[in-house]
Amino acid sequence: MAERVADSTQNASLPEPDVARDWLAAMLLIRRFEERAGEMYAKAKIGGFLHLAIGEEATIVGSTRALRDQDYLISTYRSHGHTLARGSDPDRVMAELFGRVDGLCRGRGGSMHMFDLEKRFMGGYGIVGGNLPLAAGFALASDYKCLDEVTLCQFGDGASNQGTFGETMNLAALWKLPVVFMITNNQFGMGTSLERHSAVTDLLRKGEGFGVPGMRCDGMDVQDTYAVTCEALRIAREERRPVLVEAVTYRFRGHSMADPEEYRTKEQVDEWRKRDPLAVFGAQLVEAQILSADERERMDRETVQRIDAAVAFADASPHPSPNELYDDIYVLGDQVRGWYSVDERTSTPHRGEDERSMTGGNLPGEAQYERALGSSDAPKPTDAAQDDND
Amino acid sequence: MAVMRYREALNAALREEMARDENVVLMGEDIGVFNGAFKVTAGLLEEFGEKRVRDTPISENTIVGMGVGAAMTGLRPVVELMTINFSLLAMDQIVNHAASIRYMFGGQVKVPLVVRMPQGAGHQLGPTHSHSWEALYLHVPGLLVAVPTTAADAKGLLKSAIRDDNPVVFIEHEYLYGQRGEVPDDDDHTVRFGEAAIRREGSDVTIVGISRMALTAARAAKTLSESHGIEAEVIDPRTLRPLDLDTILASVRKTNRCVIVEEGWPHGGVGANLSALITEQAFDDLDAPIQRVTGADVPMPYSKPLEQLAFPHEPQVIDAVLATTKAR
Repeated sequence: MAERVADSTQNASLPEPDVARDWLAAMLLIRRFEERAGEMYAKAKIGGFLHLAIGEEATIVGSTRALRDQDYLISTYRSHGHTLARGSDPDRVMAELFGRVDGLCRGRGGSMHMFDLEKRFMGGYGIVGGNLPLAAGFALASDYKCLDEVTLCQFGDGASNQGTFGETMNLAALWKLPVVFMITNNQFGMGTSLERHSAVTDLLRKGEGFGVPGMRCDGMDVQDTYAVTCEALRIAREERRPVLVEAVTYRFRGHSMADPEEYRTKEQVDEWRKRDPLAVFGAQLVEAQILSADERERMDRETVQRIDAAVAFADASPHPSPNELYDDIYVLGDQVRGWYSVDERTSTPHRGEDERSMTGGNLPGEAQYERALGSSDAPKPTDAAQDDND
Repeated sequence: MAVMRYREALNAALREEMARDENVVLMGEDIGVFNGAFKVTAGLLEEFGEKRVRDTPISENTIVGMGVGAAMTGLRPVVELMTINFSLLAMDQIVNHAASIRYMFGGQVKVPLVVRMPQGAGHQLGPTHSHSWEALYLHVPGLLVAVPTTAADAKGLLKSAIRDDNPVVFIEHEYLYGQRGEVPDDDDHTVRFGEAAIRREGSDVTIVGISRMALTAARAAKTLSESHGIEAEVIDPRTLRPLDLDTILASVRKTNRCVIVEEGWPHGGVGANLSALITEQAFDDLDAPIQRVTGADVPMPYSKPLEQLAFPHEPQVIDAVLATTKAR
């Protein structure tokens, strides 16, 4: 397998103007979204951890634009950009960060756990390396059903040290699964630099011993990332075998918002910032007269307005109701009734007996369960309770 | 009715469900060419082929994780882990992923996965192959947990587990694999989760036995009747999530005494949990403190006599029952 690293200063042939504008717009959306998310985090509108992908936009957009609609994408806890690039509504992504009911996951996942089934974005996952077996499972299902789909699985350089990395490479190669593994090598596993966490720093080689050949792309260059990912997806789709792609990139911000960045120098960050994918690609388009400088600025302003709207939407969306606490733990149905499976703590006798007598020992399904719950006198949310949570 | 062994009943359940639904796929270590470490999958590779009966490398966490992913995208995988001890290697995929995915993604997907694993002491396999850990999985919201005791339940519950849209931890027992029992011939014989079985009716004390301990409890009940004039009601919950608490409570309200027998460890065990539930719901009906009979609080020893000491037998159950009746 040929190793390739493109030289991003040579833009031999830019894509078609419409495509080029779409890529720039997608990278802009991620950049501005992430910047605003950072601000909202500082204002305590967003809780938990917040991992921003600023600097990694070319890797995200270049790779995801290579996917077909029916392909699966799976990512990590740094996944706002992935779900946006897949076409998720920015309103709902921001609402998820705000923990609101209109969020992609109804406020139950948060920043690290985005998911949009309709867009075949199969999730952000908070366990480093935990998403690799899932990706192989998607590919297994596609292969089993003789479907043309490919799974693109993204994870960081740090995940390449997890046991699931080797286990999944081996199984994917053994079973010839249509999956592309992409290491987003942003040079750090949290605060531990690549050469301090991996004996082999040529990450594209880490799959070879398991039978998964590697390719490399310049993850700061959207065109190169797109081209290499297309080739990797083609191999997986047509030759029915897994491929590993190392995308070499850099995150400009800390690992999360709670990161004093003592593990790297300002000079190193500045050096990488010179290769800012948004600035470089934007300038290329202006230079090639695909876009005027004015259009580029207008595109930026419109993106900021779009994010403004997303923030307003998220802020206006209600918190999940207390009644939702126990929702969606199980697919309820004939044999899995509510209380019998989930201990909904109260000081009153458990509701199991009511459930049984109510339905003559046979609960026909979710709809009836929902109606039955609706008639109970469970507490309703109050404005005061919501304010406390802000 | 046909008389068959527990392992044969499981095998029949797998065969029937694979014939019924082409999305049912088996994965596990040595389940194909080797026919399964405990022969539960014997003959299935030959019958259904390598596409549907997949021998895997020794990679527990990834096998289960692939099952989760395949379940999210339309298959109904049944993953076999060679013992419950090995399932700890897959704990990340079982707890952080299988159990959480539907909830944390706002109900957008379901995970119709079955993870089968045998447990239990008595074969001198020491502390890495012999434990009983239904309590570990009972602890986790999002999982269903089955602990079949009889051949009929093994078959009926496994068929229900495969048809259910939730992730199921299906806990078999190494000792029970060879036990025979009557199993309905009907291809549609299923046992619903959340319905306990009353193995023996009685009015003096309720004994709840988990997994193999339901058999130990039944033997103790016979001796109690013959030698002590005590009529014990023996309940096998069959599934721990969902738990048929009503059947247990109704029995305790009748007998006013309760003994819980399990093979696992005492701290944070099934009995500890059940005893709390009974106390909360039926305190006024109890005439004596609830008694627990559990495995010893030790890693399982190899030595035969020590191992026999480390899990409950009939005399300990009888002692516990007598302790509750002394409070009369």
